[in-house]
Amino acid sequence: MFKIASARHFYPLAGKLLPWISALTAGLIFYGLYLGLFVAPPDYQQGETVRIMFIHVPSAWMSMFIYASMAIAAATSLIWKIKLTDIFIRCSAAVGASFTLLALLTGSLWGKPMWGTWWVWDARLTSELILLFLYLGYIALVEAIDDERRASRAGAVLLLVGVINLPVIHFSVEWWNTLHQPASVAKSGGPAIHPDILVPLLVMAAAFKFYYVAVVLVKMRAAIIASERHTQWLQGLKG
Amino acid sequence: MTTLTGVQVWKNVLRSDLRLALRQRTDILTPLIFFIIVVSLFPLGVGPESKLLHSMGAGVIWVAALLANLLSLHRVFENDLENGVLEQFLLAPHSLAILVSAKILSHWLTSGLPLVIITPLLSLQMGLTGSEISLMMLTLLIGTPTLSLIGSLGAALTLGLRGGGVLLSLLVLPLYTPVLIFGAGAITAYQNGLSPEGHLSLMGAIAILAVMFIPWVCAHSLRISLD
Repeated sequence: MFKIASARHFYPLAGKLLPWISALTAGLIFYGLYLGLFVAPPDYQQGETVRIMFIHVPSAWMSMFIYASMAIAAATSLIWKIKLTDIFIRCSAAVGASFTLLALLTGSLWGKPMWGTWWVWDARLTSELILLFLYLGYIALVEAIDDERRASRAGAVLLLVGVINLPVIHFSVEWWNTLHQPASVAKSGGPAIHPDILVPLLVMAAAFKFYYVAVVLVKMRAAIIASERHTQWLQGLKG
Repeated sequence: MTTLTGVQVWKNVLRSDLRLALRQRTDILTPLIFFIIVVSLFPLGVGPESKLLHSMGAGVIWVAALLANLLSLHRVFENDLENGVLEQFLLAPHSLAILVSAKILSHWLTSGLPLVIITPLLSLQMGLTGSEISLMMLTLLIGTPTLSLIGSLGAALTLGLRGGGVLLSLLVLPLYTPVLIFGAGAITAYQNGLSPEGHLSLMGAIAILAVMFIPWVCAHSLRISLD
């Protein structure tokens, strides 16, 4: 188990997994898009715009999932000081920020025909926007610190403070103003969505998750090469 | 050599910090004047219509308070870093969190409290009435300590970095949002005939959590920054 946590063992393993995960990601994305664009019926209220949801909802899920993964990794990194988790966190940040931006943009595209406006200061939108700021703050902090170790540790503290703040932000804006519809997939008594819509949604969610894994693996391998380029094992791989 | 207890050291740090701050009076006055100017700019920007100003006054004052607080954050640790006091703090046998909490308190006394005191004047400018002004002061009194605490954490993380000021605002402002929402929300609720109690309780809860945890996290961040 701990062997994987060293860059030396992780690098070839990631290299071996990468083609499989990439293929799976591509397959799921094409299947999900096919289901979402051609099979799923238009909504009786929302018409064709409902198809934006197949990108929007998984992106929003990913934005939170990645932040949570980063925060958990930050806690483990502060406790056990594993270098690989630091690399993982740093490589995740930009992906998470991109998904957050994607969720905001697709939400805005959906909002124009449905709500009649590109943007409203609603609870969900506002907390998602603040989440984007948290991501950007993290990236800015880590980029500003030259010393790698200090950058990772300071970033980890910021992430953890952010994750404590996240529910507070969420509920503060929730009570402040709300227009966004409540959750309809994960609720007690089963999802309130027809399978024709639900299945492509879940396929896309899985696709996004594997996409994240694939991108992070590529970025982590690049980061490992950058930081360990002088070590013998890496020179040995070059052959 | 006599060893000082934690409380004595805490008092000493607070006293010396306050004395230093009072000797550098411009450091206290500049954010305060900034606060006044920002609030005064809004009627110029959105027009002097009294109904509009009355409804947005609380929010404007709160946002200006956030920004003014941000301007004073560099004071918390910067001088101590330059003259080596911070390293002495790290070496001291006392808990770093306690020393840090004294510094944060002194920061609030010289940055947050003046804002609270000047607020009635600005509230009058924005057309708030008697009971609204006292509520405005109350929200700032509960909220600004939290701002000082969160801000000090940001200051500790960005200590000695190039472009630290802008970076600090990027880190800290998103974390300030709950205080802003509840602070301004309390007054808006009151203006709409609702009880501001819920908002005030939540602000109090956030303040208590911040007082309990942030000095400790801040101390840890200082250790990281000075490592």
